[in-house]
Amino acid sequence: MDRNPTRRALFVGGAAAAVAAAAACRADRRADRPAAPARTPDVVPFHGAHQAGIATPPQVHAVFVAFDLRPGTDRAALGRLMRLLTDDARRLTAGRQGLADAQPELADRPARLTVTFGFGPGLFAKAKLRDRQPRLDLPRFSIDRLEDRWSGGDLLVQLCADDAVTLAHALRLIVKDARDFAAVRWTQRGFRRNQPAGQTQRNLMGQLDGTVQPADLDKAVWISDGPEWLRGGTVMVLRRISMDLEKWDEADEGAKAFAVGRDLRTGAPLTGKAEHDEPDFTAKDELGFPVISDNAHIRLARAADPALRMLRRGYNYDESISRDGVADSGLLFVSYQADLHRQFVPVQRRLAASDLLNLWTTPVGSAVFALPPGCGPGGWIGETLLA
Amino acid sequence: MHGFRMHDFRLPSTVASLTAACLALTGCGGAESAPDAPTSPAASSGAAASSAPAAALTVHDAWVKAADEGMTAAFGTLVNHTGAAVTITSASTPASPKVELHEVAGSGGEMTMRPVEGGFTVPAKGRLELRPGGFHIMLMDLAEPIRPGDQVAFTLRLAGGGTVEFTALGKSFQGANENYEPGAGR
Repeated sequence: MDRNPTRRALFVGGAAAAVAAAAACRADRRADRPAAPARTPDVVPFHGAHQAGIATPPQVHAVFVAFDLRPGTDRAALGRLMRLLTDDARRLTAGRQGLADAQPELADRPARLTVTFGFGPGLFAKAKLRDRQPRLDLPRFSIDRLEDRWSGGDLLVQLCADDAVTLAHALRLIVKDARDFAAVRWTQRGFRRNQPAGQTQRNLMGQLDGTVQPADLDKAVWISDGPEWLRGGTVMVLRRISMDLEKWDEADEGAKAFAVGRDLRTGAPLTGKAEHDEPDFTAKDELGFPVISDNAHIRLARAADPALRMLRRGYNYDESISRDGVADSGLLFVSYQADLHRQFVPVQRRLAASDLLNLWTTPVGSAVFALPPGCGPGGWIGETLLA
Repeated sequence: MHGFRMHDFRLPSTVASLTAACLALTGCGGAESAPDAPTSPAASSGAAASSAPAAALTVHDAWVKAADEGMTAAFGTLVNHTGAAVTITSASTPASPKVELHEVAGSGGEMTMRPVEGGFTVPAKGRLELRPGGFHIMLMDLAEPIRPGDQVAFTLRLAGGGTVEFTALGKSFQGANENYEPGAGR
């Protein structure tokens, strides 16, 4: 799955080191036993300064689950909940069965599983920790047609894996442990192509989506100031963007390219030849009009300062097909940014005001969560806030 | 024997071991003892690394079925690091004034549980798994509810006189509903 040479090398190195460490321990005590076979590099380390599943090269399958905390789930109960969920995540991501796992047979293929946790505004209120909540509010955008069933939530669990069975097993264990404390608010599932990590994905409109990403995650994604508890964490936005593919079908190739500002097939900006060519937003055609329209998606989505780019890690969705044969398709737009109001909001305001793609896309869901930093082997996610 | 259904006295929910719940008395205890993760690093087993002298027995992946009242049970993996068998004669926890070491016996749908005569024996350089449907530590009468996510302390008493402490994590669990035959096995 992850064929990006640089990231893969790092990743394999980490896993190998862990296996080596375990083997070394075993050798001390168990010289009489043959060494276990080395683990294939399908384990994404759970522990670290940051939660896994954010900078991790995206896996093929994802499910996002939002919970509403039940009355009585206070700060102490949240601590118990996050200890339970961290324990599940720690074990399952390593390819080990969970405690009280009723389907332990399904745990042996970690498939780069990551489990990532986020806290919504309601969690801070119920834990009586409002004073430690970062800004998680979004303005109402004119293009929004938000539905409650895809919006909000007190607690988010994001699960990603390259294997759908692994994902289903992890999801079930997590939900079984969470449901004593919280009710499920919504579940959103998504998928991506199984292709090298460095290669830009196509969304269901056919566009290459995600060409421009931040270069320095320490600046763009990981929080380094503000509330102490959130340092090393980030803020996540999940927007469910419905696509009117029937209408998109009516647009010809030129119109699609004009709306996006890129050639659909190559992803090259209309002023260039290859996907990663820098767009020339000043270029004019022979009639004096901008080659990349003033309302083209890539012009409006552009962050002026590269340090303010958000990390996008979206997934396609494709739900049931209507009786008339029309698909419910779209994009789970997922972005991670250190500063919601300096990074996401200005871009979204510009897009809402005049992006040509708004003719075909409609936000129908929206949720924002603070994602705490990662934890070590003896810790749990959220302890910096809840302990 | 007067066997009666487990749900009559409620084996409420599971107990779980704290992530780091297992008590590891050896530095590397977790790595190899986690039964389901022979290659996992020590860190993930929940075993607390320690520089203390090597212990004879460590407990891993310990959990206790959450319950509001009455009976419940604790599970986990006992690992014997010595060249001689180790016998656990009794267990105790502040969560219940009365604790018994149990096994489940029988076949098919009529499984019953009963106290184990002579305690749990962990073979030399071996392990004993405590799990639903098998050996387990039975909390006979909860002093207060064990909630999911609670960390419950346990002490095992060994035949030689030593003790081993561990923490189990409270877990919701639907299983572990065997019948109980208090008289059996005596």
